[in-house]
Amino acid sequence: MSRIGVFVCHCGENISRTVDVERVAAEAARLPGVAYATDYKYMCSDPGQNLLKNAVTEHRLDGIVVAACSPRMHEKTFRNAAKSAGLNPFLCEMANIREHCSWVHEDRDEATAKASDIVAMMVARVKKDKRLVPITVPVTKRSLVIGGGIAGIQAALDIADAGHQVVLVEREPSIGGHMAQLSETFPTLDCSQCIMTPKMVDVANHPNITLHTYSEIEAVDGYIGNFQITVRKKARSVIEEKCTGCGVCSAKCPQKKIPNTFDKNLGTRPAIYVPFPQAVPNTPVIDRANCTWFKTGKCGVCQKVCGPGAINYEQEDQLIVEPVGAIVVATGFELYSITEKPKGSPIKGYGEFGHGTIPDVIDGLTFERLASASGPTGGKILRPSDGKEPKQVVFVQCVGSRAREKGISYCSKICCMYTAKHTMLYKHKIHDGQAYVFFMDARTPGKSYDEFWRRAVEEEEAVYIRGMVSRLYQKGDKVVVMGSDISVGVQVEIEADLVVLATAVQPRAGADTLAQKLGISYDSYHFYSEAHAKLKPVECATAGIYLAGACQGPKDIPDTVSQASAAAAKVMTLFAKDELEREPIVAKVNEKNCVACLYCKKVCPYGAVEEKEIRDRQGNLIRVVAYVNPGVCGGCGTCQASCPSKSVELDGYTDEQIMAMIEAL
Amino acid sequence: MHVKPNHTFEPKIVAFVCTWCTYAGADLAGTARLQYPANTRVVKFPCTGRIDPVFILRAFQKGADGVLVSGCHPGDCHYMAGNFHARRRFAAFRALLDFIGVDLQRLQFSWVSAAEGGKWVEVATELTERVRALGPMREFKELEAQEQWSGAIDSPELQEAYEAVGNI
Repeated sequence: MSRIGVFVCHCGENISRTVDVERVAAEAARLPGVAYATDYKYMCSDPGQNLLKNAVTEHRLDGIVVAACSPRMHEKTFRNAAKSAGLNPFLCEMANIREHCSWVHEDRDEATAKASDIVAMMVARVKKDKRLVPITVPVTKRSLVIGGGIAGIQAALDIADAGHQVVLVEREPSIGGHMAQLSETFPTLDCSQCIMTPKMVDVANHPNITLHTYSEIEAVDGYIGNFQITVRKKARSVIEEKCTGCGVCSAKCPQKKIPNTFDKNLGTRPAIYVPFPQAVPNTPVIDRANCTWFKTGKCGVCQKVCGPGAINYEQEDQLIVEPVGAIVVATGFELYSITEKPKGSPIKGYGEFGHGTIPDVIDGLTFERLASASGPTGGKILRPSDGKEPKQVVFVQCVGSRAREKGISYCSKICCMYTAKHTMLYKHKIHDGQAYVFFMDARTPGKSYDEFWRRAVEEEEAVYIRGMVSRLYQKGDKVVVMGSDISVGVQVEIEADLVVLATAVQPRAGADTLAQKLGISYDSYHFYSEAHAKLKPVECATAGIYLAGACQGPKDIPDTVSQASAAAAKVMTLFAKDELEREPIVAKVNEKNCVACLYCKKVCPYGAVEEKEIRDRQGNLIRVVAYVNPGVCGGCGTCQASCPSKSVELDGYTDEQIMAMIEAL
Repeated sequence: MHVKPNHTFEPKIVAFVCTWCTYAGADLAGTARLQYPANTRVVKFPCTGRIDPVFILRAFQKGADGVLVSGCHPGDCHYMAGNFHARRRFAAFRALLDFIGVDLQRLQFSWVSAAEGGKWVEVATELTERVRALGPMREFKELEAQEQWSGAIDSPELQEAYEAVGNI
């Protein structure tokens, strides 16, 4: 026999204006099982909560319904009140008679009738509620950071400085990411290498950071506080411990003509190489696809010249298992390719822009390498086709971005600023040159950003032409850019020496595969989705996984660093406790009924369902059933709705509870 | 301004909604004081993926004249894929309902996000008006009246199968 208490709130006048709260309380008192019902002006206030607590003890209530606002507002408040009165907090339910009733219905009779119905439904539900105990899980105070760009570096350093172990995994042979490729950075024109490389060295030297470069995430298991990650450390063919980074191997390698991807294929590199001179770690890697030894079995020069004997052609990929408690994903971005349409790219191509057939049409990152002092031209801006100084340069914005008809609707955010920067860098190096920019809007929100853009236009005399480019074609050694100037309504034709396209920022190729391994969601462009666009911008919907940088959406360096530090702070918050407490809304399997069809395993978005073997005392296998790991379970209940034998039940949303509500209609 | 209409029949609409999107959307409608007919009764689920079609049948049996199922937009699911499972499940379930003779206009599926208070009002109002025009739900009663099956198995094949099961 249940003894339910019903507490109807006036919410000042918010509820009582359109709902006859006394009548709702009186009607609730007549419901079977209701031992006590009352109304009060402000239920959530201190006296209101005391009223509730006293009633629980006085009337020996074993369940309460608070008819007030949305549970999203005050469920926690009232559950805590119930708890302090000695009642299990999960025996407290809220009937939402404000947002779903008094505020949306003006007719007093209708609203009162509806409020009574809502209360009746919740009373029926609370009678079927079970005592639930929050689940506690231990926390492994180590963190994984995926991606060694500025986002990953910042997050790793912050967490490591707080005293926690960090495993940093980077796919490339060196950390640094795109920021290491940049020449100068807006809006202060800091030299990128100068501010980036010290941080890279900090990562390598930090006692709390384990760095795995040339490595990828193979598998992710587990859940918040208790992840098991498997890292595939790809074979470098160089023994890291022995290598001194002297560079003789690279210098002597007879194979020299491999396009240097770090320099956006502008220069060449040998088959054994470090991506760039400031690389961290400064350990070369053999590019097996292009190495003569691996292709023909002859050569072996690097092995002969290596003093410490660090070359090992037989090295194999290593699989390393690391236990971690939290994961920061910082896989960054890549630019939409103008030379080839990347596989799986949503952009439908830019045939009218030559699509890589014209050598002097380059993208923003290539221009960065041209302008960079550490780049293939030593910082001289020379065009790729014949190495001449370009006297007229055309910059084209929004190539791929904000082009729904091409397949991408979002703004890539950084291009307006980096194009303005490019025009300045160009003008600083080629004083008699002229920069033109085709743009639709200039979007420069950010501290000192608009001032920077204005400087490019007003002081550096970049000619901004409002309009889109319709066609690019080669004419002699020039690239003719045809476009329109919509502010004056004329067609424009510029014979340029060099064209720089500000192409769309896209997530890294393979972002979707990694997301599937991590069990996090991504949008239609494969940018990772945050848990809440405004209030949880660095968390993933999957607990214990955080986002930093451009893997979540286009971002500039300050935003990326801020988000990386925010993600690190979230990790530290998680590590501040030894045990985690989480809502016990998880699924449980009734092992008696389960026939192990494992349909639940197929539908579970979290991979929380495992197979469990039931054995007798002698250890003989009797049968297999499904088992839901409560630490992994997210509590969606898809398994329960899909279970053909009705053997799974989601605590807090059991069939009994739902049916009771429906029957109370 | 919501004017109370003079109707003789007020349908009962049960809305099965997900906590994260539609429930929050309905909350937003409240916060914005958007008015709509008072016929809906909301049953909250963690996810549309939790909604068993049996609940819909039960609601109809228990006197609902219309049922609304609403959750997050595809791709926006808090639980990553729950709403896709729901979508697939209900696509099949609708065909079944149609087969057993329930007017599909009484059952609505929709996506209402936490930001779409206005859409919640639209969906709730539309369904209420539509079901009001359809009149009370009588299909189950009619089915019951039509159903004359005594429980006897009449086809020889079924009889055979039944015996086979009985012998195990």
